[in-house]
Amino acid sequence: MSFLQRQLEDPVRFARIKRWFYVGLAVVALAEIVLPLIFPSDHPHHFAFEGWWAFGSLYGLASCVAIIVVSKFLGKIWLMRREDYYDS
Amino acid sequence: MTLELVSLEWVHPGLLLILGAWVLPLLKGRVKHVAMLLLPAAALAICVRLSMMPGTYGMSLLGHDLGFVFRVDKLSLIFSYVFSIMALLGMVYALHVKDDAQHVTALTYAGGALGVTFAGDFLSLYVFWELMAISSVLLVWLRREPSAVAAGFRYLLVHVFGGLILLAGIVLHCSAQGSFAFESLGPFPAEGGWTVILPWSLILAGFLLNAAVPPLGAWLPDAYPEATVTGAVFMTAFTTKSAVYCLIRGFAVPGGTELIVWLGAGMAIYGVVYAVLENDARRLLAYHIISQVGYMVCAVGIGSDLAINGASAHAFAHILYKALLFMGAGAVLQVTGLRKLSEMGGLYKTMPITLGLYMIGAFAISAVPLFSGFVSKSMIISAAAEDHRQWIFLMLTLASAGTFLHTGLKLPYYMFFGKDSGVRGKEPPANMLVAMALAAVACILIGVMGFFPDLLYRLLPRDVAYHPYTLHHVTATLGMLGFTALGFFLLLKQLDPERKISLDTDWFYRKGSTFVASAARGPLARLEAGFVGEIYEFVMRRPVLGVARLLRKLDTHVVDFAVMSVGRLTQAFSQVLKTTVSGNAQHYGLLMAAGVLALMALAMLLQ
Repeated sequence: MSFLQRQLEDPVRFARIKRWFYVGLAVVALAEIVLPLIFPSDHPHHFAFEGWWAFGSLYGLASCVAIIVVSKFLGKIWLMRREDYYDS
Repeated sequence: MTLELVSLEWVHPGLLLILGAWVLPLLKGRVKHVAMLLLPAAALAICVRLSMMPGTYGMSLLGHDLGFVFRVDKLSLIFSYVFSIMALLGMVYALHVKDDAQHVTALTYAGGALGVTFAGDFLSLYVFWELMAISSVLLVWLRREPSAVAAGFRYLLVHVFGGLILLAGIVLHCSAQGSFAFESLGPFPAEGGWTVILPWSLILAGFLLNAAVPPLGAWLPDAYPEATVTGAVFMTAFTTKSAVYCLIRGFAVPGGTELIVWLGAGMAIYGVVYAVLENDARRLLAYHIISQVGYMVCAVGIGSDLAINGASAHAFAHILYKALLFMGAGAVLQVTGLRKLSEMGGLYKTMPITLGLYMIGAFAISAVPLFSGFVSKSMIISAAAEDHRQWIFLMLTLASAGTFLHTGLKLPYYMFFGKDSGVRGKEPPANMLVAMALAAVACILIGVMGFFPDLLYRLLPRDVAYHPYTLHHVTATLGMLGFTALGFFLLLKQLDPERKISLDTDWFYRKGSTFVASAARGPLARLEAGFVGEIYEFVMRRPVLGVARLLRKLDTHVVDFAVMSVGRLTQAFSQVLKTTVSGNAQHYGLLMAAGVLALMALAMLLQ
């Protein structure tokens, strides 16, 4: 059994990976908030929203949800067809 | 100054591949493998050597001026490097393929791209442009399956149409300008009148079609997944990126072109939307080519120095990581025969190396720090910010999240992890893994080189300082990617691939044409039977029949008569001759004596 397989198939280890994933997210979001306070001159803001707290993280989550929801909606009402659509 | 097309010390790198490819079928075994790698390596060496001699040159063959222009500058050089590197990687990946036709067409295709890159005039540009269309369609047809043949015909149809648009633009442009030189066409010539607007628009449309900009881009996701496993890897690199090169050359202007900006940003999101719905692994990746080329098109529209550098750098990085991704999906297709995500799953157990190398490409396309996409894509987004285009900035950032969502999460999740489908592949042939490893090394190398921007960006066409690894940029990107992953796992159920296909603009020529045909059938058929048929009857059938009748008479009365007369004459003559052939020796002796006497009498008489 390979290393990767052990990590994914053992529920205890998988739960541990999940925990570390959430910890990582928290660290990244915090870093986005805290680091600009410590190093204020690092990046000139071109737009006001770049200065919002954890803008990158929030926008990433919003983008991901928006893409999935809007695309699936468009697919359901309009774009998606049976696989043999062009054959018939 | 003129350059000899083929001489002892120099050869056009594109022609080297196009002509050299024909040597491969003559070779066997190891020698052939060496030649397959040597040709693109030599082309790369020539391109590197050309960097010593920037300038424009006339082309001559055996001392005769051809009228073609060969241009070497930083822009053409950077594209020529990546095209020849790509040809080399693609040949490594295809080393095990026993089909010579594929190798010849792949090298011809790469040679065409190099030709376009160095073309300083519209004529040679057009020749190489069409050569690329023809050689690439062969890479689709050579999969030799009905669906591939059909997709190939559609691909060819669209590219012939695009080529004609380009040709029309070139003819109008060159007759108005009085020169074939391929230089910047400038901003939209609003004041110029139709004689300037029309060629400007036609040439732009020709370039945009090859860059797969919607609504002219449906050919790409239609054809690429139908190509051979190794052919698709070549296709991801050349057509769209040579079009990006031409767009930079022809349409990047300092003030920017609003139309191209919005087309590019829209395209970046369009590819992402379709990738959500897609079930075919290679088609999903094909939609992400459209999305990524969208960044480059958008940068061409913005037109600032940083944007042009970004477009060039992103084209360079994109060719390498996209080839790596297609190599990974191709490896899975090669060993399992599966192309649909809904049929895969659980492959990580038996293909861990393929998974690992694929993920490097996925991190590169998602612009994860330390990978190549991070140092190139960020230039374009920064260029949009410096140009104070906040909506473009938001659209491109959204498309970045979508890129990670699909190529970094959805595709590997359903292909390698997910519900175990019971399919057990094995690792692909060693040469395929080596090609993937080389591309992966390039992706990481470019990403790490971002810490030394002076070294990395020295090759780019414009001089402008840029630092990708700022604190803000790294944290914002990590946050964006991390929370995209969170969104993915929260909405995982929604993303399960469905056994469906999605409508795209290829509907118009795949399905729309049947509607047009059936609508036209009634009136057209009546027109045909009633009007065209009558005219045909009157103009063609009757005169033709009349002439035929005349000819028949001529035949019976003149030709036949003559033949029969000759026959009768011969018969009569033979009757006469028959009487002389009695079979008695004394008769023959008598006749001979009479003959000799007659001759003697004649001779005496004549004296």
